[in-house]
Amino acid sequence: MPEKVLMKGNEAIAEAALRAGCKHYFGYPITPQTELTAYMAKKLPKMEGGVFLQAESEISAINMVYGVASTGKRVMTSSSSPGISLKQEGISYIAGADLPAVIVNVQRGGPGLGGIQPSQSDYFQATKGGGHGDYHLIVLTPSSVQEMADLTHLAFDLADKYRCPAMLLADGTMGQMMEPVALPEEHLGGIEKPWAVTGTEMKREHNIINSLYLSPEVLEKTNFERYQRYAQIEENEVRYENYMMDDAEYCIVAFGIAARVAKNAITLMRKEGLKVGLIRPITVWPFPKKAIRAAADKVKGFVSVELSMGQMIEDVKLAEECLRPVVLCNRAGGMIPGVDQIVSVTKDLVSCVEGGAR
Amino acid sequence: MAIVFQKPKSLTSKELHYCPGCPHGIIHRLVAEAIDNLGIEGRTIGVAPVGCAVMAYDYFSCDMVEAAHGRAPAVATGLKRSLPGNIIFTYQGDGDLASIGMAETVHAATRNENITIIFVNNAIYGMTGGQMAPTSLPGQVTQTSPYGRDVKVAGYPIKVCEMLSALDAPYYIERVAVNNVKNVLKAKKAVEKAFRNQIEGKGFSLIEVVSACPTNWGMTPQKALQWVEDKMIPYYPLGVFRDKGVEEAK
Amino acid sequence: MAKVTFNEDICKGCGLCVDACPKHILALDRNKINKKGHNPAVMTDQSKCIACAFCATMCPDCVITVEK
Repeated sequence: MPEKVLMKGNEAIAEAALRAGCKHYFGYPITPQTELTAYMAKKLPKMEGGVFLQAESEISAINMVYGVASTGKRVMTSSSSPGISLKQEGISYIAGADLPAVIVNVQRGGPGLGGIQPSQSDYFQATKGGGHGDYHLIVLTPSSVQEMADLTHLAFDLADKYRCPAMLLADGTMGQMMEPVALPEEHLGGIEKPWAVTGTEMKREHNIINSLYLSPEVLEKTNFERYQRYAQIEENEVRYENYMMDDAEYCIVAFGIAARVAKNAITLMRKEGLKVGLIRPITVWPFPKKAIRAAADKVKGFVSVELSMGQMIEDVKLAEECLRPVVLCNRAGGMIPGVDQIVSVTKDLVSCVEGGAR
Repeated sequence: MAIVFQKPKSLTSKELHYCPGCPHGIIHRLVAEAIDNLGIEGRTIGVAPVGCAVMAYDYFSCDMVEAAHGRAPAVATGLKRSLPGNIIFTYQGDGDLASIGMAETVHAATRNENITIIFVNNAIYGMTGGQMAPTSLPGQVTQTSPYGRDVKVAGYPIKVCEMLSALDAPYYIERVAVNNVKNVLKAKKAVEKAFRNQIEGKGFSLIEVVSACPTNWGMTPQKALQWVEDKMIPYYPLGVFRDKGVEEAK
Repeated sequence: MAKVTFNEDICKGCGLCVDACPKHILALDRNKINKKGHNPAVMTDQSKCIACAFCATMCPDCVITVEK
């Protein structure tokens, strides 16, 4: 049984990244993720080959990531919502050049400068693009400090495996909370990257890291090829948790801190005899469409619990193909939906569906 | 018969797409000559800009990375920090380096990143059809300053070498030109020195090359190079702005 | 003894070599159009060439090879 350490979420991400063989980090201070940057500032200079740089902006940081990623090495940047907006062009370039990299977003209230309390309102940005052009990020949504560590470790592996950038989409609560963590084992995750720029040593043709293809036929081809890889990711890398779904008559869909609160709400509702379960996406791209579609055959309705004005709910609706009603239970601006609110919204749904029979 | 002059080996066989008389071709050649003379092609990685030289990755036979507009110094920082034993250069125009990329330029300089930056200053945005650049001269007519650059509205041009030499960190900053043979040969020496500094681990080297854009200046190549002599060089004087190597030698 | 060779097909007829030549022995051949649609630069009197390579120095397209 690996030893557990009490750690803050932001720091657990950083430590897990180091243990995944990531020795390059570029970041910029922004609340509520600065502890991650500070942790890297302390650790990396003491590690052989470790590179920490506080970049001049989030834009520079993502471009430094692009540079390291071009050489085939593991590299990470982190920020929070407004900073992630700045990185979007760089992320599109990384995706368009088929480079592996890990980007961490510890979300805060928005839009604009917003607030420093947690949110999940960058869901669209993370899963529907954010940057320009056709591309996807692999997006992982931790719901505990343990998952902050485990999913960071996984993010590097998936990014390398599919030559695709991966995002850890956390929220401010996850970043700030402290829980015991069993840290992942060190691993070196070496896969061959013959495409990387490392210097030809006059032994091979030059490699070019690029996303510019002026010929539309060629650019179209790169898009279709990339989407074949995305299809493989959708086939193989969906992750979610089924919580009390076996006999569930109503299904809550929630990730991150919302899922934690939802579990408490379910405990309460179950005591009252209401059979509610939770599908907790651990990847929001690829979204657990099949799980939700399967649930739609059994349950009478869905509640999407979010710290936003309703973003994931659209994916829930698409996945369940209009079979059942889907309602939103939400807070915004940094507020977190409470147990009572989730219970109340679910009961309202039940009333709607069952005509007040309960 | 001995070869006195031939195309450098580290230029590929791909024909350059630049306009007739565009000095990009000369400057590419100077970079390639430096790479050849220093024997570093096998460990060099170049960073291409957004601008007319966007496809520079097709012209150099070393490994190349295409950067987002203005971000080449940041990409180069990532490359150099990842592979400190490799030689990293960026090749950037005036919009790339002094407009959208000004922060990246200044910060790479102030971190004294051990990279080589080749800055091509032709006072205009060539690729997009001739718009005003941060280095366009007062009164210069461009597509976005059709009545001449009005300093009251658009401010004054940025003198990059002068500005960067206010920083303590950079190792070597020189401004050169390629409008005649004498200047090309001086530029060749400066470019090679900028690469040699990196090999020796000295720090940040930037060569500003005062160049021309015959097409968007609306001139023949000959008149354009004359305009460099008459108008550009007086505004952007040639010379060494920083050379810590000279101080070290003392 | 100097020899200057022009890769005629890639010459863009910019004329910078013509201006640079101190012996004034280069010219654009107005009677010829190369594959690119330009009047390529040509040597008019090889015997006067001193292999200074000023022409090649100014050529943006590496059209010229100089031997001695």
